[in-house]
Amino acid sequence: MNELAPPGRRTAPAPAVASLAAPAPLPGGPGLRLPFRLAWRQLRHEPARLAAALSGVVFATLLIFMQIGFMNALFDSAVLVHNSLRAELFLMHRTTEALWRSASFPRARLAQALAVPEVERVVPLYVANVPWKNPENGLNRTLLLFGVDPNARLLGFDGLDDAAWAAITRPDAILFDARGKPEFGPIQHLLADGPFFGELNRKRVEVAGTFGLGATFSSESNAIASEATFWRLVPGRTPGQVDLGAIVLKPGADVASVKRSLAALLPDDVVVFTRAELARFERDYWANVAPIGFIFGLGVAIGLVVGCVIVYQILFSDISRHIGEYATLKAMGFTNGYLARVVMSAALILAVLGFIPGLLLSLGLYEIASARIFIPLHMTISRASFVFALIFVMCVVSGLIAIRKLRDADPADMFR
Amino acid sequence: MNAVEIRGLSHRYGSGPTALTVLHGLDLVIPAGEIVLLTGPSGSGKTTLLTLIGALRAVQAGSCRVLQQELAQADERTRVALRRRIGFIFQHHNLLGFLTARDNVAMALELAPDLEEAERLARAEAMLAAVGLADKAHAYPAVLSGGQRQRVAIARALVHEPGLILADEPTAALDSKTGHETMVLLQRLAKEFGRTVFIVTHDPRIRDIADRIVAMEDGRLVEPAAT
Repeated sequence: MNELAPPGRRTAPAPAVASLAAPAPLPGGPGLRLPFRLAWRQLRHEPARLAAALSGVVFATLLIFMQIGFMNALFDSAVLVHNSLRAELFLMHRTTEALWRSASFPRARLAQALAVPEVERVVPLYVANVPWKNPENGLNRTLLLFGVDPNARLLGFDGLDDAAWAAITRPDAILFDARGKPEFGPIQHLLADGPFFGELNRKRVEVAGTFGLGATFSSESNAIASEATFWRLVPGRTPGQVDLGAIVLKPGADVASVKRSLAALLPDDVVVFTRAELARFERDYWANVAPIGFIFGLGVAIGLVVGCVIVYQILFSDISRHIGEYATLKAMGFTNGYLARVVMSAALILAVLGFIPGLLLSLGLYEIASARIFIPLHMTISRASFVFALIFVMCVVSGLIAIRKLRDADPADMFR
Repeated sequence: MNAVEIRGLSHRYGSGPTALTVLHGLDLVIPAGEIVLLTGPSGSGKTTLLTLIGALRAVQAGSCRVLQQELAQADERTRVALRRRIGFIFQHHNLLGFLTARDNVAMALELAPDLEEAERLARAEAMLAAVGLADKAHAYPAVLSGGQRQRVAIARALVHEPGLILADEPTAALDSKTGHETMVLLQRLAKEFGRTVFIVTHDPRIRDIADRIVAMEDGRLVEPAAT
């Protein structure tokens, strides 16, 4: 018999008895406010660690913004030409992968297209990569030359007014891209004194005016010439071989049904695209065929993984270093769910506090990139929201992994 | 009314031939309002008993009723609920380093979500004043002395009006004078508020605060050695 009889002395006033008698029900959800506040107080208490954690999130944010920014700038610039073409349907050789490296098809296909009653007119477009000699330092640099009938008004680039089109009806006259990279020479400055002569593909040309397109990922600058000038400048190109055929429909024509008619009519060495399909085709080339889309996607993934590792490391070591405190809280009756909410709150605080400076820094870098490499990077609400969503998920995942460490907080260990 | 009623409580660690039985069918009753000291050599099973009473471990065999709650076959949820009605004082104060003394004490009240924040803080401050630390309410544990920290821990263990206070070697990290003062303070407050206190210790200097002393040896309760 081990029982020890309690002594007669009893000193139990009301409060203790009340507390003894009523088994308190376990409250439902303890809410989010208190765990959130606890997480914030814990993070705030060690500013240096908080700064280290935030720098990881900022880094990930920055990396993702830059990758997505460059990727979208690539896509935007790649389809800039396509989106400014003033026609409804387009013919391309079946094996063409992208405009700048197109395979040409017989011009006769365009003539055949005229057989469809809804077709008003057809416009052939020729493209070639040719070297331009910088008039200042004599260095050659490749640009993309478009050859097109000036009267067709096919290209809708900025600054292509009637005077500009009229200027290149003269033989050996070209229009130069004023938004191309500066390495091509101070074109606009030279033009201030009127048309000047330069060397394109080792042939003398007259620069008669400018337009605005800008560098793309496939070309650093651009120029436009009439068809006759184009054939003279690019040896081996004949009028019979077209790179892109534009088909202008009569007003009110149903684009989809004309496309079907053309596809049925024409041999299968050419494909028929609407403008949206043409732009998508070009975009898909850059996204998939050129490995550039993959590379940028990989960059985003690496940013996320690095951010995940850093946030996880911080959360994990915070739990490890405070394991006794977490165990104490468990002993006091705090549930695993409550403590998990504390960890998740910490993850969310890191996501928000790291994203904001990351966004601001990215805005600055976008400005610098646009000014330095002449490829415009745009920050949009949807892009910022998308990146925040990625960062948010990154921090949540890190938090969920770190929470497993909470299981090690055994309150029974506190008595030892 | 009894705060703790234990009948035939056994406990062992491990299983099979290597299993180590640390408690052998204990019986123990602690009436409400009493201060009970449990002494005994290391390895006698004191701490295991304390963690069972504190609902920190699942009961394996026997009956353990704490604050009218049977802990045999109790699930984790029941045990967590019971722990909220117990005040714990640890060997090493175990205060949260990133919270002020007042906020540490108020943590014990955060388990009652419908309590107003102002009420929570007022009760925490009142309890700090009761342990003589009214002026340290906004100090972080790092700047407090060992004795002060343990007094904050006592305030935390008392503030939510628990039916039972469990303490594990509460004087182990303190010098003898501070340790005794702290325990006298605990005794005074327990009597003032009518709390039941169960202290595991092998500090002979604090025997005087107990209403009753029980001793353990090899997993069995024994008559305490005379002082």
